[in-house]
Amino acid sequence: MTTRSVWSMCGMCTVRCPIRVETEGDEVTWIEGNPHLLEGALCAKGSAGMALLKDEERPLSPMIRKGGRGAGRWERVSWYAALDYVADKLNAIIKEHGPESIMMSCRGGPFMDLIKAFCHAVGSPNFSNHDSACGRNVHHASLSVYGLGRKDFVYDLKKCKHLILFGRNILASLRPAEVNQVMDMLDAGGTMTYVDVRQTLTGIKADRFFLVTPGTDYALALGMIHEVIKQGVYDQEFIDRYVADFDKLVAFVEPYTADWAAKECGVKADRIKEFVTEIGSQRPKVVFHPGWMLSRYRDSFYASRALHILNVLMGNVEVEGGQIFAKGAGDCGVKGIRSLDAQVPKPTAKRADGVGWKYQHFDKGPGLFHLFYDAMLTGEPYPLKALICMRHDPFTCFPDPQAQKEALDKLDLLVSVDTHYSEFGWYSDVILPESTFLERDSIIATQKGPKPRFIKRNKAIAPMHDTKSLYEIIKQLADRLGVGQYFPGSSIEELWAWQLEPTGFSLKDFDAKGFISLTDKPVMFDRNHLDGKFKTPSGKIEMVSGKLTEAGLESLKPYESPEKPPKGHFRLVFGRSPVHAHSHTVNNPLLYELMPENTLWINKRQAARLGVNDGDLVDVGVCGCSGTIKAHLTEFIHPEAVYMAHGFGRQVPLQSRAYHAGMADQKLMKGMLQEMDPAGGGLNLCECFVTVRRSAKNPKRMVEL
Amino acid sequence: MNKYMLYLNSKRCIGCHGCEVHCKTNKRLPEGPLLCEISHEPLKMVGGVPKTEFQFRSCYHCEEPYCVPVCPTGAMQKRADGIVFVEQEKCIGCMACVGACPWGVPQHNPATGKVVKCDYCLDRVDAGLKPACVTRCTTHALKFVTLTEL
Repeated sequence: MTTRSVWSMCGMCTVRCPIRVETEGDEVTWIEGNPHLLEGALCAKGSAGMALLKDEERPLSPMIRKGGRGAGRWERVSWYAALDYVADKLNAIIKEHGPESIMMSCRGGPFMDLIKAFCHAVGSPNFSNHDSACGRNVHHASLSVYGLGRKDFVYDLKKCKHLILFGRNILASLRPAEVNQVMDMLDAGGTMTYVDVRQTLTGIKADRFFLVTPGTDYALALGMIHEVIKQGVYDQEFIDRYVADFDKLVAFVEPYTADWAAKECGVKADRIKEFVTEIGSQRPKVVFHPGWMLSRYRDSFYASRALHILNVLMGNVEVEGGQIFAKGAGDCGVKGIRSLDAQVPKPTAKRADGVGWKYQHFDKGPGLFHLFYDAMLTGEPYPLKALICMRHDPFTCFPDPQAQKEALDKLDLLVSVDTHYSEFGWYSDVILPESTFLERDSIIATQKGPKPRFIKRNKAIAPMHDTKSLYEIIKQLADRLGVGQYFPGSSIEELWAWQLEPTGFSLKDFDAKGFISLTDKPVMFDRNHLDGKFKTPSGKIEMVSGKLTEAGLESLKPYESPEKPPKGHFRLVFGRSPVHAHSHTVNNPLLYELMPENTLWINKRQAARLGVNDGDLVDVGVCGCSGTIKAHLTEFIHPEAVYMAHGFGRQVPLQSRAYHAGMADQKLMKGMLQEMDPAGGGLNLCECFVTVRRSAKNPKRMVEL
Repeated sequence: MNKYMLYLNSKRCIGCHGCEVHCKTNKRLPEGPLLCEISHEPLKMVGGVPKTEFQFRSCYHCEEPYCVPVCPTGAMQKRADGIVFVEQEKCIGCMACVGACPWGVPQHNPATGKVVKCDYCLDRVDAGLKPACVTRCTTHALKFVTLTEL
């Protein structure tokens, strides 16, 4: 049998690593990280892609709901019938309510152009993604400081001397290229400081660890800013040149001394002071990670903003070992790939989530998904009638699925396009099964950075079941809706050629390495001439954001202590493990084997008070909603908090392994669907307090016969 | 003398368990058998930081393996380069080796009814490649070392 080697991109999580796949006939026999970029490195999830392929507990053909929503009665239908069904419904909805009553959502990432173009081609401005439960606070904080989004900078972690992580569990979140940079940095003698409410996979590699009171990240960051200014270890020249209102920052942080922060966060003041002295000697090669998934506390936006400001004080912009402007094709003297969305006339209706008109300070791109629920319930500014979620599960991603269902019941059509059964899919009207990443092609995308490149996913084998790629699904739906002209060509190969045409490259240029490198050497801007690079209203790095001021919001917000858990309650925090991509992989046979369920981390002393032993079942509850989970006792979690890995407690009966295994944090977040940070747009997912007690389900006796 | 060894640079290992799955997928193993394993001691406070290090364990490829002489069919063998492996065609799944190994290294493969164990991916080694766990290790912490006599 002949062995084929295929360049592609992993799709087990949203990192989308470049990979090389070997096949024999229609069998995938080997997956490794692209040797040119990752030297073979691949995580457990990537390898388990082979198990995903073989797993039949995923949607294998299109399905149309027969019973009530969520009842689990499905009819397997042909693609022809399923696409006709969806298109007929959409056409009827467009006719009666207008195209803007259709909403589409996805997981974000490099291939969004296709989905965005489809949404806009249909005539709806209502494109969204999961980010209001993820990185919106960080993104908006970045915009408010630099006028640039969070992905407009990349962090040169390999060459930095000190990496500071506020709850960013960078090693468990596992972007292999980034993780290797961190390990290289540590191998070269770099320092890592870790701040969290519990010890993590990342924290065990750190040189310094601050176990802080939950919800006090902003206080610690303010204390650090104060101390940096007090010790005078900031980059005065950089600030004089590029920063506006530095004096306002100095005045603002005056009361937030290291001693004050230490008290507020429950750490030692001396440790903050010696930390600041240390980074003072290491700057500008000091990186404060501004956070990734920071939809956590009421002030997470401001915490992230403070971390961005600390980077500015370090003067780490556009330096080796600091944060570097992400360069695109244009910065390498190459014309960019053609965008599908750019060919589509922009819909004229205003967004139903209010972003861009009611909320002027938010980035219009994907808006804020959770705000659409309000529009569904009220019919304001206009009724929404259809939602298509593409590899996005709002019931797992956002709080309070029950409240979401109540809003979604106002809609006439729910469609799930996914490789696995999502909880949203299970509740929807139609499931359009997407082929796994090993069985599908994706559009060409640009990966920005100091060394930008064009990337492309190629299918390694033909689909094993009756599934299709997102490109095929969208193309065929677009044809049925009369907007097929926006998706040129009749095959993905023709679309690729169309995308590449202006660049001067051809598809053959992907053959050697699986990607097209746009430069040999990293492209760096002249740090002395960065004027015009910061896209704020003033053109400067803004300590006081013109945009926030215009929206009537503070830029330098006085600190308020977090709410203390009510008596008998704990603050529920969540996170991730290196072996799962949240809910996407819990049912994967090989990853389930590694981590079949999550546990509730609870501080040892608190557990002793509750009479809970390690491994006991505990009932975790909030306002009449509860679940049972095994307790994991540790001294290394703050006594106010309990923790569980996100993505478990799934309730799709066809996922026999994941079904009711462990517990779902988001299902405990009753009434929290609209609790967002008004300045950052992120949800306050860690503002949930739960009770914990030893469960009556722990066996005491067992009658056998 | 054994020619090869698997070495884990525990400073670089992040405990992502990738190696375990790389091994399983390369050997086409179903749920159940696990031919290499990452583990760690409970966290301990070291200089103000709760710390632990990861350990890697697979077959020790003993100089005088217990599993080889008990095999009734000669399926379990030790090569000249030290690699202890099971010749699948000869294995009858009697599990004598499973009982003989003090570390429980040989395991039952429910997909074939035979025994499976770490053989350093000898087909790959013979082709000049490295074992799957090493080739794909997320942080390049695992190394396949060729031993030399001093």
